[in-house]
Amino acid sequence: MGNRILGVVLAVIAAFAVGGIALQRDEPINALWIITAAVCIYLLGYRFYAAWIMAKVLSADPTRATPAERLNNGRDFVPTHRWVVFGHHFAAIAGPGPLVGPTLAAQFGYLPGTLWILVGSVLGGCVQDMVILFLSIRRNGRSLGQMARDELGPYGGFAALIGTLMIMIILIAVLGLVVVNAMRHSPWATSTVAMTIPIAIFIGFFLRRIRPGRVLEGTILGVALLIGSVWLGGVIDHHPQMRSWFDHAGAPLALAVIAYGWFAAILPVWLLLAPRDYLSTFLKLGVVALLAIALLIMHPTLKMPAITQFVDGTGPVFSGKVFPFVFITIACGAISGFHALVSSGTTPKLITNEADARLAGYGSMALESFVAIMAMIAATLLDPGVYFAINTGAGVVGAAAHEAVATISSWGFPVSVEQMQELAREMGESTLFARTGGAPSLAVGMASIFSSTFGNTLTSVWYHFAIMFEAVFILTTVDAGTRVGRFMVQDLIGQVWKPMADTSWYPATLIASSLTVGGWGYFLYIGVIDPNGGINILWPLFGIANQMLACIALSVATGIIIKKGRIRYAFVTGGPLMWLAFVTTVAAFQKVFSDDPKLGFFAAANDLAVKFAAGTLPEAQMKVAPTLIFNQNLDGWLTVFFTLVLWFVIGDMLRVAYCRLTGRALPGSSEAPYQPTKLNGVTGEALHA
Amino acid sequence: MKRAVKTVWECVRTVTGDNAYDRYLQHHAENHRGTPPLSRREFYEESMNLKWSGINRCC
Repeated sequence: MGNRILGVVLAVIAAFAVGGIALQRDEPINALWIITAAVCIYLLGYRFYAAWIMAKVLSADPTRATPAERLNNGRDFVPTHRWVVFGHHFAAIAGPGPLVGPTLAAQFGYLPGTLWILVGSVLGGCVQDMVILFLSIRRNGRSLGQMARDELGPYGGFAALIGTLMIMIILIAVLGLVVVNAMRHSPWATSTVAMTIPIAIFIGFFLRRIRPGRVLEGTILGVALLIGSVWLGGVIDHHPQMRSWFDHAGAPLALAVIAYGWFAAILPVWLLLAPRDYLSTFLKLGVVALLAIALLIMHPTLKMPAITQFVDGTGPVFSGKVFPFVFITIACGAISGFHALVSSGTTPKLITNEADARLAGYGSMALESFVAIMAMIAATLLDPGVYFAINTGAGVVGAAAHEAVATISSWGFPVSVEQMQELAREMGESTLFARTGGAPSLAVGMASIFSSTFGNTLTSVWYHFAIMFEAVFILTTVDAGTRVGRFMVQDLIGQVWKPMADTSWYPATLIASSLTVGGWGYFLYIGVIDPNGGINILWPLFGIANQMLACIALSVATGIIIKKGRIRYAFVTGGPLMWLAFVTTVAAFQKVFSDDPKLGFFAAANDLAVKFAAGTLPEAQMKVAPTLIFNQNLDGWLTVFFTLVLWFVIGDMLRVAYCRLTGRALPGSSEAPYQPTKLNGVTGEALHA
Repeated sequence: MKRAVKTVWECVRTVTGDNAYDRYLQHHAENHRGTPPLSRREFYEESMNLKWSGINRCC
């Protein structure tokens, strides 16, 4: 009964909030409406839809022993309290993705992105994370790739492996580009980010030698040092001599990030990766909490219109119409295939009771989605003119400040050179024009939220704190991703040439690390020398790859649900699968076949080739043109490849469904047999409440 | 009140992994009596290598 009352109350509040957003279309809207609507929708989804899926579709059984209990080894398999698992899982899935995607999608106005974040997460992303987590728990914590192989067949499994490796490479490149764009000609940001490396190494020694395993002590010490590094960066920025040491263009910074990634991949994990991760996780949780509190206190009014004219595909931040590109641009925060890898990694080995998958899987993703909503608010509370001035590449609006403001103002978003100079001075930067990639505009948004909430001071320190915060956990993803990519490369080559599979053989480590770093380093470097900002090309490619991975995960889930004879519930994962496959294919089709050089990869390559042959390009572009032409062609073929992999796996799933429905032979279920739990005081909630 | 603070503190230690070694010792004492447990440092290094050999960070 209490359940129903709660549901009705939540539904009424959500309806009011959504109604408020819908009816105030021609006047500025307060961010509180969006926050209220979001929280109520998540709670409704969690309380009813997730509980229904657990009970009816998956038949979660609180009396069944989980792998954490059966295989308990005191290390990776450990029965853990569900709120602790929730914390672990949220820390694992929350990365820079939900901060960057919504910031870029804000060019369409706040409404399209916000709606997709809410609907996509409650019906798609949260469901995917929870179902994959549950299926992995039932299979002793097997990975997505293994489940694809066991349940669909060897081809599906191979496609999942290749897809994972490709997305890892694109992901690291695009995140590296975000950091490089934030550091370009910014001595304060560059010196602060550089200082995080020795700080992490020091904490690494602290945790291994001085106070082994005392994670809290090390983390608190490290975070204090990081905050000190933000202050010290400011001092360096004001010193004319030291300033010049950290003032660099994009290309050398990109090379530095590539060299850093290579070293991070071959160094022992305790030295750099593990301590950096402790620091970034602590900062991440702290900033998310602080941002939520500050937004509630400040309750800003959004200045961006609900919908801008750029839904027609002429947007300057990235090209393409609102359909399908809002669904590609915002992956993390709505639905992210990458989460399926984490949900079938460490987390299933910690779950004490099957029923806890709802909190860890669905709950963590709902919180991640809320982070995306906050990023959307931070981007849309800026003056739209300022937002576009920061996020538009020099190749689109012109390199000179007066040109850029004239173009942007002509779109109906007035902004002046003085306004941008004043803002840059406030943030402690020389310029904020054309700082594409999302991180700087998010940092400006966060700095204005924090400084206006906490007494209108220290805006420049808040700005660089936000940049440092983003850089620290982007670099953690670079480290961790390169390492995982290295293992995958070793695994792949090891199938042909045995010695490569030996992870303790140093030459194999060096070769595999160099191949992985070379892969993402290539895309990063091209992104940096591209006059249109690179993000324009790389982010859609990343979105398509990520949604392809989500399609693989949802195919595995749908295949298993059908194999279990629950075809009437197949829509739970099959519905999001169909939608994602549809939008991803439409987006990929446009990226491949569009005649518009701003949108189509091959069209852009041809356009550039024609101009290059005629010699009509500016001198600086003549030098890099052949590289850019090659890269656009490569990106086009990659898009084709991703689409083929996507439909191949869907086809494999349909084959399994067909065999099941016509009674043909199939590989059996890989589920571990039932064993009753011996744990007292089962922590699971009553399922059939 | 005091108990609540203690519970929260234990929860924080568990989430961060601060008490991972204590929990390992307890597990070891319950299940593997007779063999010497790993030292604090050995355990830390081993768990770091285990943690970072798979995908546990995301975009």
